[in-house]
Amino acid sequence: MDALWIRHFTAASALGLGCEATRAALQSGRSALAPCSFQGAQLRTWVGEVAGVDAVRLPAALADYDCRNNRLAQLALSQDGFAELARERIARWGARRVGVFMGTSTSGVRETEIAYRQRDTQTGALPPGFEYRRVHNAFALTDYVRRALGTLGPAVTICTACSSSAKVFAAAQRMLAADLIDAAVVGGVDSLCLTTLYGFQSLQLTAPGPCRPFDRSRDGLSISEAAGFAWLERAGDQSEGSDILLLGAGESSDAHHMSSPHPEGAGARRAMQAALQAAQLDARDVDYINLHGTGTPSNDAAEARAVHALFGSAVPCSSTKGASGHALGAAGALEAVICALALQAGLMPGGLNTREPDESLPVHYLTANQRAPLARVLSNSFGFGGANCALLFARADAARSG
Amino acid sequence: MLSAQILGVGVLGPGLSDWQSTAAVLRGEAPYTAAPSVLPPPAALPPAERRRAGRMVRLALGVGAQAVADAGVPAATLTAVFASSSGDGDTCHEICLALAGAEPAISPTRFHNSVHNAAAGYWSIAHGCQAPSTALCALDASFGAGLLEALLQLRCGAEAVLLAAYDVDYPPPLREHRPIPDAFGVALVLGAAPKGGTGLQLAFTQEPASRLSDPALEALRGAIPAARSLPLLQLLSHRLQGCVVLDYLPEQSLQLQLTP
Repeated sequence: MDALWIRHFTAASALGLGCEATRAALQSGRSALAPCSFQGAQLRTWVGEVAGVDAVRLPAALADYDCRNNRLAQLALSQDGFAELARERIARWGARRVGVFMGTSTSGVRETEIAYRQRDTQTGALPPGFEYRRVHNAFALTDYVRRALGTLGPAVTICTACSSSAKVFAAAQRMLAADLIDAAVVGGVDSLCLTTLYGFQSLQLTAPGPCRPFDRSRDGLSISEAAGFAWLERAGDQSEGSDILLLGAGESSDAHHMSSPHPEGAGARRAMQAALQAAQLDARDVDYINLHGTGTPSNDAAEARAVHALFGSAVPCSSTKGASGHALGAAGALEAVICALALQAGLMPGGLNTREPDESLPVHYLTANQRAPLARVLSNSFGFGGANCALLFARADAARSG
Repeated sequence: MLSAQILGVGVLGPGLSDWQSTAAVLRGEAPYTAAPSVLPPPAALPPAERRRAGRMVRLALGVGAQAVADAGVPAATLTAVFASSSGDGDTCHEICLALAGAEPAISPTRFHNSVHNAAAGYWSIAHGCQAPSTALCALDASFGAGLLEALLQLRCGAEAVLLAAYDVDYPPPLREHRPIPDAFGVALVLGAAPKGGTGLQLAFTQEPASRLSDPALEALRGAIPAARSLPLLQLLSHRLQGCVVLDYLPEQSLQLQLTP
């Protein structure tokens, strides 16, 4: 595939608001996880909650879209001047030539959960003002971003659970390649809700404490929330220096089980292989891998086998979910931003909370930050239903020099 | 301009049980008789998964299996695009009901069935399909968004793609806010090679969507987002060269040209 230039990017997560705060959190090795006290959830688990979401106010014209998920989207759009820069580029290309591709797993379902608690005792009806289209539906997020930025081009929500906002990069790339659009806003937003908190608990996949990816006694994941956005254009020859490029995207299906990965990570391996192939690179060109690394025993084991099969044990890798938690449908976008920051800063973030790396997992897992010039990094995202995606990012100066 | 060959079709909906009989109705050779949708059990799934599959999964796998059989291609190699405007309303309702109770709890099966890509996951398991798959939503534009994604997959190297677009009705109280009357699904197997099947070309347009002259079918088209595909299916049923416009996003529609 032709390289894409990630011209602007930003994120809002438990790590902080915007690129600078995210980079500072990664540099300091600070975990943003804390015991769950989210809106009445009675669960023994830790979460990564974004501070200040409740205080966000949507623009008056979009007040009907008000919900935690769209507030989190708005919070991220306001960071690093993303919305203003996006509007400048929309003016440059024309609103019909800009696509919007958003990933989410639960959109604004938190509002529906609340509405169900407020059902009419006689009729069972939801309370007045419940906004299905603008809040609950999976497209509500994409519709919100589209209206907030003022685009009129193609738009879609990709909803493949925890790979949703990685796959948006691949979908946007296809539409750019077909010349249906000249630019794309891609990203992902998922916000805390009881559906995912109690759902992962029911599958016994949540850790009682902070998640410890790749630890020998890891015992589950820590759910978090986040929003991440990126502005994509064809790279051409404009990008330079520390500009960030998307060189390849790879997708695959496990065809194995709805909520467990293939034990050998066969699908994960095919997705990584496909990303390398799309970029016309091979395994030794990758300097660092940002793992999916949720911290569940089976996920990490399968991913480690897949990474080892393709890369051996030499490539440094880590999961940043010990710091940020698992932002589910927003994880791909958040970790794309983390990869971009890592490339620019020459920083491989060490995996947090991991006290004793699992020696049976045959990868070079970093437990402390490491500084080194990075040219190309890979980001993994794997979702329920066996929906896998791997993205290969590079610095423009490294991509040019081959 | 995006293009493909239509190699196979599957349809399930109110009073519509397969492509052959639906094509006869769309050609006006048989009357349209509305009746509740009948969704077959997903025979291709292993027994454990079959028990867990709800109506949305049965619908998606049902139309997908019809289209693959019609095309005579192996399902295992198809890139798959699953498009649903509203997800699994039954599962969402059950979860929200359980969470509103005094002691919130969710069943594990219900939780993994709640993901929008549940049908894509079950499809890949049923047919051993390891090719890329996606699950998307664009509210009432979901069929158009799915068709676009399927054609883009072909443009970017996939040899053949399964597109399944499907919607199931919500139970109350969500039903009042999303009044989908019944289940409707459509699947197309689309090929890249310019041989076999019916040629399809897609372009954006500002024209309004084509309508169906039969009032009951037109009502179905308007009521269920996946049924926005009906004008395309009608043209396809006549095996004639021609052009239809399908609803997509409010700002633009999709113009589709067929060449048998």
